[in-house]
Amino acid sequence: MADLLELKNVTKIYTRGLLSKTSTTALANASLKLDDQQPTIVTVAGESGSGKTTLAMLLLGFITPSSGQIFYKGQDISTLRGNDRMTFRREVQAVFQDPFSVFNPFYTVDHLLTVPIKLFKLTTSKTEARERMYEALTAVGLRPEDVLGRYPHQISGGQRQRINVARALVLRPKLLVADEPVSMVDASLRASILETLVGLQKNYGVSIIYITHDLTTAYHIAKSIIVLYRGAVMEAGNVDSVIKEPKHPYTRLLVDSIPWPDIKRRWGETEIKARESELAGDGTGCKFASRCPYAFWPCKEEPPLFRLSEHHATACYLFEQNPRIESEQLSELLPV
Amino acid sequence: MDTVLQIKNLQVSYYTDAGRATALAGATLSLNAVEKLGLVGESGSGKSTMALAMMRMIKPPGRIEGGEVIVSDIPVTSLSDEAMLKARLNLIAYIPQGAMNSLNPVMRIGAQMMDALKAHDVKESKKALQERCMTALESVDLKRSVFRMYAHELSGGMKQRVCIAISILLKPKVIICDEPTSALDVVTQRQVMETIDRVQKEIGAAVILIGHDMGLMAQFVDKVAVLYAGRLMEVSTVEEMFTDPKHPYAKALINSLPNLDNKGVFKGIPGIAPSILRLPSGCPFHPRCTQVMEVCRTKIPELITLADGRSVACHLFSEEA
Repeated sequence: MADLLELKNVTKIYTRGLLSKTSTTALANASLKLDDQQPTIVTVAGESGSGKTTLAMLLLGFITPSSGQIFYKGQDISTLRGNDRMTFRREVQAVFQDPFSVFNPFYTVDHLLTVPIKLFKLTTSKTEARERMYEALTAVGLRPEDVLGRYPHQISGGQRQRINVARALVLRPKLLVADEPVSMVDASLRASILETLVGLQKNYGVSIIYITHDLTTAYHIAKSIIVLYRGAVMEAGNVDSVIKEPKHPYTRLLVDSIPWPDIKRRWGETEIKARESELAGDGTGCKFASRCPYAFWPCKEEPPLFRLSEHHATACYLFEQNPRIESEQLSELLPV
Repeated sequence: MDTVLQIKNLQVSYYTDAGRATALAGATLSLNAVEKLGLVGESGSGKSTMALAMMRMIKPPGRIEGGEVIVSDIPVTSLSDEAMLKARLNLIAYIPQGAMNSLNPVMRIGAQMMDALKAHDVKESKKALQERCMTALESVDLKRSVFRMYAHELSGGMKQRVCIAISILLKPKVIICDEPTSALDVVTQRQVMETIDRVQKEIGAAVILIGHDMGLMAQFVDKVAVLYAGRLMEVSTVEEMFTDPKHPYAKALINSLPNLDNKGVFKGIPGIAPSILRLPSGCPFHPRCTQVMEVCRTKIPELITLADGRSVACHLFSEEA
């Protein structure tokens, strides 16, 4: 049994400036493992600037980590060449946030779906290519005759996003990196796109890394969740326990700020303690300390993960009576 | 309670090459002071068109075809162009979508606020005007020092609050916010919404919140109006809307929402919203409706007021009226 994907202490630092270099740690010491045999949905949640998109870019091999390694089926993805690289490119697919800007307006939907089939030489027969297209479109809940032959401007945002998922699906991927796939789609269509993603995992055995800032949708589609803040893991574990009983002050703040579409669960009942920060932290210690209402002296050093239960851990000194775990063990917490 | 905003049969059309598109077909609404109305609908349903029409900011090829907008007894729709210039911000303020990105990058925040006051002929000393701006900044939880800052020195949430501060400078009767938090993080979103809530109570204005986030609506507004393909489908209080929606579209919309209690249940609305250029005959929702009847295919339902004061445009309720 092999790991489909493994991140080993991955750090990404962006530096800018020629003479006086300033650097931003977008992702610090992230480790994660996904099993080959048990497809699952993992949510990576956080606000803007938390490093979620950096993580997606790293996983897709668009950027290289500053330190640490990413393995795909046991091979470091930065050393993949030739056929192995093509396989990696085919099996790891992406769905991006904006369904309006990813399409070339001059090409029809057919073109969009046949190009990857040709490029990866999946089949040479036209009928088989067509069958694959039909199958993928049906799997995402579209009627092929509705969308084939149409141009992007003739179809709605929700349909486009589903075509993106279908495009990924014709390649029979093992892993789908979905970066905010529903944030630009109307509320009434969100449910059906999320349902499509869950269907992919169940019926096609695709593992999904669902990147979002929206904890409501995260709660609904994922088994496990990793909450990031400024590149560091704040809390991780089973999605039910993290969202229903958040422990880290940051996760609590996030969960309290969710506008639940439920008039019985109103904002007024919980007072927000942490405020919007005006200055960024100085880089050492807990990243959240400058906004945290509970910050005390140990927070000057970076907190390790403390294990609260079998499937729940948090990086906060408020819970230091619990056993520590190494960040490499993070994936043991995540139920599949 | 005094009614500050009345919209009567407001109609807006866009004249495109492909024909006339009715973006808003006879919307009728009224709103009391200190009341908050949520205007929800899918993209293209006419939410922003309605806001622009209230501000008389519809540009060609669009045109207001008819109807009236009355803000505290002043008929906005029949004002002269000059009078309308003065009425904006003074009587009715609009915070457009992405307003925070429209702050001038080379002007200090204070200068932009003073501009707004000068344009509306506020006859006061410079000192007094500055004081008014700083008070407005303070009332949206910003420091007085923001007055001397530039837009790039502020975070997204702070910029959005500057826009709210500008909109309340002249204490308008109605404030229209078009997706004020769509680009902000959840934590900032809550803070900005709480700011709007507080300043609205302070100046006693009515607020119209435009958006498609039903969660935000449940947290913020008193009344919800559901738009679909340019028509008002239902107007109810937020409690009624979330516990007992009447219109089949409103029902489907409420049922599609993710909640804590219905994990893993996805109920999207089948089908897609029609283009306003090719509307189906009869009720625009009938091709997607689960309770469709014969009459729905031919006759457009009128917005009727039910016995409990709610308004619904659906043939299912036409006998109850």
